[in-house]
Amino acid sequence: MRLKFIQLLAGAALLALPAHAQQPEPVQIPAAVLRVDETRLPPLSRLDLPPPDLGFAGARLAMDDNDTTGRFMGQDFEAIEVTATPDTAAAEMQAILDQGIEFIVLLADDATTLALSDQAGAGVMVFNAGARGDNLRGADCRFNMIHVAPSHAMLTDAMAQFLMWKSWPRWFLIHGSHPEDQALADAWRRAAAKFGARIVEEREFEDTGGARRTDSGHVQVQAQMPVFTQRASEHDVVIAADEADVFANHLPYLTWDPRPVAGSAGLVPRSWHPAMEAWGGTQFQNRFERLANRQMREEDYQVWLSLRMVGEAATRTQSGDPEVLKEFILSPEFDVAGFKGQALTVRDWDHQLRQPILLTTGALTTSVSPQDQYLHQTSALDTLGFDRPETQCRF
Amino acid sequence: MKHLFCSAALALTLLPGVALANRVFITNERSNDVTVLDGESFEVIGTYPVGNRPRGITISPDGSELYVCASDDDIVRVFDPETMQEMHTLPSGPDPELFVLHPSGNPLYIANEDDNLVTVVDVQTRQVLAEIPVGVEPEGMGVSPDGRYVVNTSETTNMAHFIDTETYEIVANVLVDSRPRFAQFTADGSKLYVTSEIGGTVSVIDPETYEITKKISFEIPGVLPEAIQPVGARVTSDGKKLYVALGPSNRVAVVDAETDEVIDYLLVGQRVWQLAFTPDERYLYTTNGNSNDVSIIDVQRDEVIRSVPVGQQPWGVVVAPD
Repeated sequence: MRLKFIQLLAGAALLALPAHAQQPEPVQIPAAVLRVDETRLPPLSRLDLPPPDLGFAGARLAMDDNDTTGRFMGQDFEAIEVTATPDTAAAEMQAILDQGIEFIVLLADDATTLALSDQAGAGVMVFNAGARGDNLRGADCRFNMIHVAPSHAMLTDAMAQFLMWKSWPRWFLIHGSHPEDQALADAWRRAAAKFGARIVEEREFEDTGGARRTDSGHVQVQAQMPVFTQRASEHDVVIAADEADVFANHLPYLTWDPRPVAGSAGLVPRSWHPAMEAWGGTQFQNRFERLANRQMREEDYQVWLSLRMVGEAATRTQSGDPEVLKEFILSPEFDVAGFKGQALTVRDWDHQLRQPILLTTGALTTSVSPQDQYLHQTSALDTLGFDRPETQCRF
Repeated sequence: MKHLFCSAALALTLLPGVALANRVFITNERSNDVTVLDGESFEVIGTYPVGNRPRGITISPDGSELYVCASDDDIVRVFDPETMQEMHTLPSGPDPELFVLHPSGNPLYIANEDDNLVTVVDVQTRQVLAEIPVGVEPEGMGVSPDGRYVVNTSETTNMAHFIDTETYEIVANVLVDSRPRFAQFTADGSKLYVTSEIGGTVSVIDPETYEITKKISFEIPGVLPEAIQPVGARVTSDGKKLYVALGPSNRVAVVDAETDEVIDYLLVGQRVWQLAFTPDERYLYTTNGNSNDVSIIDVQRDEVIRSVPVGQQPWGVVVAPD
């Protein structure tokens, strides 16, 4: 198998690429993006309201980028955009599968992502561009799923390295009451143990329901948060685990003790941030903003990167055959550039894409992990998340 | 020393022809200025503001005009290298990053990173002669010694585009490894080197057949492969040695340019970016973006002999001709 690729690549190098695509018909390479929108309360901040084209705008930019290269290669890329609710997701997935599409990008929660990838079956390559659950990369892993979204463990490890570099090892962990908050809190506990931090106190912020945004709601919040964080054990930093977006953004400046907040608010670990400018990021942000008339979100970046992986495979193999592309993406020869300053590659033990994690405030990138001080025998990126010896994934 | 330097500077202004030789110009991307070094004494002569986010820098073959890509001003600024006074500007298209002058000194070929274009500008009439659509994020620019081809590398399309300088048509596209940053012909035009930052390789391309004849890869004991990111490259005029800046690995690779095998790695400053020889090729200057200095390599001995602090985040470097 390995041999086949080498031959393919050698063939690619010899093929003097035609200056003007002289092939009569460009090779079509179809893909789909399926976004499953849940009915949920609006976010705490209206700045976080999801735009209608969330994720799809990233797909459009990827198509532009792929097609610019495809123009020289005789390849034409397309990605259909499908939205669904949790109730209609299976039917929409079936409709995509009925079209014979073999590259499907999913933006959905953990459980839906897992169910849809099983529905897609072994012949289809599913890109997980949204779900962060560690179980999807562990006990519940699937061979046909490539995780482009970083896992909880990668995000919390990225922050843990920075906090240890900062010499802030005593953490006050506040997590929400939803199952996804609990899962995230588990990732924080694991990161603390892995990097030698200590969780000196844990509290649960219970979601009592009701509206999250009310006129002059800040009046009550201002009294509520200091009281909630009162008399905690001596700590260096407050860690918020709030996947459900109930309380974390109320914490900064309202904690009882004057301590920085990290995690779901304050300093936040992310795959992408619209202020990121390093490694050619400026041009990438500009291209996106011209196309979408808004700033790029993590979902857009992750969908873009998923479809760029397909495009990169098509360029390198000079093929539009889905079997060839899938095999190449899973081969050790594959890498993709994602404006993170180094090649991004797929972990063979759980199909997670290795990637640096940005630690961001509202306006800027404060740091990028892995931190230089954390070494690894094969790739510094494998200091983030579940490494080969720890994985529970068995394909 | 100071006194000596002053009298030297005085002599420079009196004898402009001699004076300029070996003067070294370094763009500082973050401090928005150019540091000028004396190529003999390695002393800083001065620091001069040059517009916003200066990156690519080059000088006319007669040494009379210094060109600077002011990326955030969307313009190329032209300076008198003697006085560092701005003479005029050239239209560049948006976000100019790197450029190359035709061997005759005209025109100037500019990569517009933000617009997927190569802009061709007549440096005398200051008119745009052509805009050539290329791949996504054009960056590196090389010109063949006979001036027939300009080669542009596009960072996201991962190709070296050969552009005919007569017709402005792309005549060939050569697929290379990820994020190609720089294109450098040998002086006899027989080989083209293209560096790939993320791919970690240098492709050796035969400009006659457009074929990749070899890929040079790098291995440094104790340095993880992802830190080895080839960016700037320069080859000696006798075609014997190629130097490749390896970015965050803080090394410059020395390559035997006859066999294209790596001979040595030289430790320089942090995030080494671009390179420039002195006209006699005795010294090679490197810009080190994260340590705010330049390293000076003795080319015969392949030793780093000095580092000189410059402005913030030095990016490009050019040495005045003899």
